[in-house]
Amino acid sequence: MSLPADVVEWFTTAEHWRGDFGVPHRLTEHAVMSGAAVLAAVLIALPVGVWLGHRGRGGALAINLANVGRALPSLAILALAQQVFGLSGWPGFGARPAFVALVALAVPPLVTNAYVGMRGVDHDVVEAARGMGMTGRELLWRVELPIALPLIMAGLRTAAVQVVATATLAAVTAWGGLGRFIVDGFGQQDNAQIVAGALLVALLALVTELVLGRVQRAVVSQGLRAESAGVAEAPAVVTA
Amino acid sequence: MADPWVRWDWVRDHGDDILAATRQHVELSLLAVAIGLLLSVPLGLAARRWRGLEAPILGLTGALFTIPSLALFALLVPFTGLSRTTAEIGLVGYTLLILVRNIVAGLDGVPPEVRDAAHGMGYRPLGQLLRVELPLALPVIVAGIRIATVTTIGLVTVTGLIGQGGLGAFIIEGINRDFRTPLVVGSVCSVALAVLADLGLAGATRLLSPWARRR
Repeated sequence: MSLPADVVEWFTTAEHWRGDFGVPHRLTEHAVMSGAAVLAAVLIALPVGVWLGHRGRGGALAINLANVGRALPSLAILALAQQVFGLSGWPGFGARPAFVALVALAVPPLVTNAYVGMRGVDHDVVEAARGMGMTGRELLWRVELPIALPLIMAGLRTAAVQVVATATLAAVTAWGGLGRFIVDGFGQQDNAQIVAGALLVALLALVTELVLGRVQRAVVSQGLRAESAGVAEAPAVVTA
Repeated sequence: MADPWVRWDWVRDHGDDILAATRQHVELSLLAVAIGLLLSVPLGLAARRWRGLEAPILGLTGALFTIPSLALFALLVPFTGLSRTTAEIGLVGYTLLILVRNIVAGLDGVPPEVRDAAHGMGYRPLGQLLRVELPLALPVIVAGIRIATVTTIGLVTVTGLIGQGGLGAFIIEGINRDFRTPLVVGSVCSVALAVLADLGLAGATRLLSPWARRR
């Protein structure tokens, strides 16, 4: 039988949609783990990046963090986290090392983009806001953050897509998620399972990117929108 | 838990393996960035020349970039097997977005006055591109090459899962045998390669664009 037919058969086999090894359970595992990791990373990274950018300090650190993050192979971080945090899991929540590794990978792009976004706020705009009598807090919340938002959101997209991708690799280090289908497929030389798993993972990543793109468009101020099309994407690659 | 992070006797015994893996890692990365560059230059030039092509080119390379590496390799394995070809197709695919985006951004950054001046001096479009615009765009293009290179060196470790991988093979050996030394050796060497490549390319940019050196 041909591969496409095998894959269709895999997807239409009821057994693959039931229980702890079925698609719904693996997908939920993957999504919950990724969502929790991104949320934790946001809570850690955004205050740091925004504060550094607001105060104009720690630029070298904030900028280089993303480069360091890029140089660290995600497989290495997963494996090292597994050694440090063991195989123990929190009940009903997958493996701790995978979670720690995912958070660690998501933090650098978030910090760097928040910092660059905050630093990119036009100095004249800040002066004008001060001249209008805004306090430091008002300036931060009503001027700097809204202007920095396109880049912060771009960082969130980068981080989220990377987390979804790395959660797939976590199957190699004995965690679940959709990567299980690929890794087990390799082990069993079952091409249909490999391709089915890969399609599910690719789909989840693309949906993540598209949804966050929509969110970005929804939350970014209209006045910045024309600019943000280019700004949100380009500097993340050009300058970092 | 008595396993130390590095057992130096293992490192000494595997010196040749480490060298060979490092070489394979460098080869896989270099080839991917080189092919990626060969594909990206025409793509970037096309995106800039025909603006209607920019969105589809960036959209497609962006979608490719979004697909997780393990999934992309997994999709290729049924067709190209656990081979170097599979690894390279995936690795090249990931360089495209970074390189094309920076080529376009670099060329867009050339000031219009410079273009007008070059035109006024009688440069034909090709001569203007090769002798004026590309040299001026070089710092941004090399910034893209740096990011693509560092990203690729990290991603090569994943190709260890399809039987390639250079230093990634050590990381996977460490995972499978629950043995820390190869894990640490593979990770440290991979990061060191990425840092060296980044510094080397940064130095090359300074040499190639002397006018931008005052920074």
